[in-house]
Amino acid sequence: MHEMSIAAAVVDQVERAAREQGFTAVATVRLDVGELAGVVPRALDFCFSLVCEGTALEGATLTTRSVRARARCAGCAVEWYAGMPPDLGCPGCGGGTRVELLTGRELRIRGVEWAEGPLPAQG
Amino acid sequence: MCRTTDLRQAVLARNDDSARALRAELAARGTVAVNLLSSPGSGKTALLEAELALARAREVPVAALTADLATENDARRLARTGVPVQQVCTDGLCHLEAVMLRGYLAGWLPADTRVLFVENVGNLVCPAVYDLGETLRVTLAAVTEGEDKPLKYPTAFGLAQLVMVTKTDLAAAVGFDEDAFLGNVARVNPGVDVVFTSAREGRGVGTLLERALAVRDGAAAHRPVMAAAQAAPGYSPGGPLGESGAHAHSAPHPATAAGAGPRPHHEHEHEHGHGHGHGHPMVDRL
Ligand SMILES: Nc1nc2c(ncn2[C@@H]2O[C@H](COP(=O)(O)OP(=O)(O)OP(=O)(O)O)[C@@H](O)[C@H]2O)c(=O)[nH]1
Ligand SMILES: [Mg+2]
Ligand SMILES: [Zn+2]
Repeated sequence: MHEMSIAAAVVDQVERAAREQGFTAVATVRLDVGELAGVVPRALDFCFSLVCEGTALEGATLTTRSVRARARCAGCAVEWYAGMPPDLGCPGCGGGTRVELLTGRELRIRGVEWAEGPLPAQG
Repeated sequence: MCRTTDLRQAVLARNDDSARALRAELAARGTVAVNLLSSPGSGKTALLEAELALARAREVPVAALTADLATENDARRLARTGVPVQQVCTDGLCHLEAVMLRGYLAGWLPADTRVLFVENVGNLVCPAVYDLGETLRVTLAAVTEGEDKPLKYPTAFGLAQLVMVTKTDLAAAVGFDEDAFLGNVARVNPGVDVVFTSAREGRGVGTLLERALAVRDGAAAHRPVMAAAQAAPGYSPGGPLGESGAHAHSAPHPATAAGAGPRPHHEHEHEHGHGHGHGHPMVDRL
């Protein structure tokens, strides 16, 4: 289950950003996940909460936005939703040489909502 | 009011950077890497045994690295051909990553290697997501697996630069429908070549070596439609039409494209999450 590695990569990048920007706690991490990214959002959710333990992201919420796969044929100027399983052959010319996938492969951290940092430890 | 930061970072940015660097490093020394993906038992090792033996007979310097969750069986089989072989035990990790591969190559990969074959962990899901720095990605499926595998594992077959069907000696016995398979491959990866092989009978053996050497000598490898969006520099996830690609992953899709022509883009959005994030207004809309 590579969602564990993906979750770890998310946590790593957010922790890095937190250090750079001086935040100590994270409320929400927003992700874009394309339907062709090869990642199962529910599995990622599960792994995320595990990987967050003991990091600045402990207790943070993962908010995943699913992005549909959209393709376009430059030859025919046709655009379509590829669907799942995806159909990437052009509905106009039947070919694929001029087809471009516009969206659907995203696996991206869109943004982070920071929480207030914890109170300084007493003694 | 929460403070927010727009990160806009690819989650796999570090792997992709390492992969790009490794590809360049290998190219500079005249090596191409071939990444072999398939489900467990499709016949990766059997085909590689034949290809390595052929390379050895033709005196083409090649090497092979094979990754498995456990055991050194594959390395033992491949090493019999006499070419340099490295076994990687991933200890339960379901895929290789570029940094790992680079680490295993350091100090081992002979300088004159022209083709490095990488047998990935038998798994059609996880390895598909990771660029290893290969110049040729090959996805294999045995005739015994059924014709629908390209549709069930669209990322693995959609990103392949070459598809190899294995164990064709068993095709008649299992009633393999070649046309259906080709149709399914073309749907997720229009234009990709499909090569039919049988390690048992020697059918198609040598094709992989020839394709790899051709790419090494500058022939263009197939560029999958699915790979384009990922590779495009500075792409914006919404595409030229903005956010219209976003939708709920539970929402039903309209019937797929064939003959359907262009469709209007609906704006659906759904936040999938847990805890208090559910239903939060979007602060950082792009
Ligand atoms: N009939 C037939 N059997 C084959 C062929 N190629 C491989 N096999 C058999 O299929 C089984 C699996 O082959 P492997 O080469 O080990 O497959 P693999 O993809 O390397 O397997 P993993 O590394 O475990 O994922 C073995 O029993 C092979 O003998 C072939 O061309 N024809
Ligand atoms: Mg094997
Ligand atoms: Zn077209």
